[in-house]
Amino acid sequence: MAPKINIKQLNLFYGDKQALFNVSLTLPAFQTTALIGPSGCGKSSFLRCLNRMNDIIPNIHLEGQVLLEGQDIYAPSVDVVALRTRVGMVFQKPNPFPRSIYENVAYGPRIHSLFKTKAQLDNIVENSLIRAGLWGEVKDRLSQPATRLSGGQQQRLCIARAIAVNPEVILMDEPCSALDPIATAKVEELIDELREKFTIVIVTHNLQQAARVSQQTAFFHSGYLVEAGETGALFTMPEDERTQGYITGRYG
Amino acid sequence: MSEHIVKAYDEDLKTLHALIQHMGDLTIEQIKKATQSILKRDKKLAHEVIDEDYKIDLLEIKVDELAVRILALRQPVASDLRTVVAALKISNQVERIADYASNIAKRALLLNEIPPFPAVNGLSTLVKIPKRMLERALSAFATNDVSLALHVWHMDYEVDEQYNAYLRELFDGMIADSNNISACTHLLFAAKNIERIGDQSTNIAEAVYTMVTGKPFKENDKLRNEDEV
Repeated sequence: MAPKINIKQLNLFYGDKQALFNVSLTLPAFQTTALIGPSGCGKSSFLRCLNRMNDIIPNIHLEGQVLLEGQDIYAPSVDVVALRTRVGMVFQKPNPFPRSIYENVAYGPRIHSLFKTKAQLDNIVENSLIRAGLWGEVKDRLSQPATRLSGGQQQRLCIARAIAVNPEVILMDEPCSALDPIATAKVEELIDELREKFTIVIVTHNLQQAARVSQQTAFFHSGYLVEAGETGALFTMPEDERTQGYITGRYG
Repeated sequence: MSEHIVKAYDEDLKTLHALIQHMGDLTIEQIKKATQSILKRDKKLAHEVIDEDYKIDLLEIKVDELAVRILALRQPVASDLRTVVAALKISNQVERIADYASNIAKRALLLNEIPPFPAVNGLSTLVKIPKRMLERALSAFATNDVSLALHVWHMDYEVDEQYNAYLRELFDGMIADSNNISACTHLLFAAKNIERIGDQSTNIAEAVYTMVTGKPFKENDKLRNEDEV
């Protein structure tokens, strides 16, 4: 599979503190890559480097390259807003805007002028909600506040909002940690379906979830990428002792 | 390997190992007694072996239940998963070996009905290596010892040679005197059961190999690793 994103020798510093050390990783197109590792290992920092979400943090310094289809996203000519339409993000806590269900999904297409007529916008909203597996549950109440939806529905709404601008990559930062098992299963099923059109990167503390949803798993520890490989292989025969210790629940 | 953060998980895996070890110890004892029952024409001992077989069957069920419980509750991965899968396979093979011991004891009862036959003594030699193979295969499982597992695998060549030599001896006995056919037939079955103990022990060795290396056991691996043994 052709690489969608190629990360080369990435070093990340928060002021004097180095958070990532020489991380090189390839994210294959139309696959889900899971990032696992203990708290503070750098997996979320790494995720946020992929659409420059770290830019807003003061004193941040980055070395190395993040190539999106061969183009360095940290090159001076890159428009960050345009980049984030190509690389969308879904967060840990569902964070719908305090607007209607419809407006949540329509927001991205509006600010990026992705339509000409109201009918086209309706179409984008409907398709995004269908792809997020939420259409059947909300089609009769699109004008209701999004905040009235259940947690699981809100998270799928956030996914609909992310895909409404037709991104190429979706970053997910622990998207199910606030959801019950049924809502989690629905999101996991959705991730599997979305893989047909998007490249997905997911940070998760739930190892079984990483095993269930991803084709590639990368294990981070203390800012280093310890091991990355095909998910089935990593969970049955990890190469590194630290990976083995972490995934089997042993003291390092 | 270091311990799990959840101590009960370690306890479960230790219990699994202990059950297999116990199954193995009982089975090795069964093999010894079954062979003795033929050599000494000991009917009581033969019945003891046949009657005790259920204990090993019950242990196999216990291993199955615990392994399934660990899979459901602990969701093991990596080396833990490979250990549980190996335990399931090994308990099944040990149970089969115990059945062979029971079969040998049944032959003792039949041989008791006919006059003593000298070729019987060959069984005491024939049983030595398969019994040692089982002991070592179980020890390889207990200690994650892949080179010991490969060693067990190679011991099977010797078993096959001894088995074939013993068959020739039995055939010669049958050709020499047709009155020997009945005794020789019983011994032939007993010898086949002993030979199968060796085969099943190589299967245990193969399960240990996969458990430790994470790779399936292939013929080429054995040959390539022969030098390391």
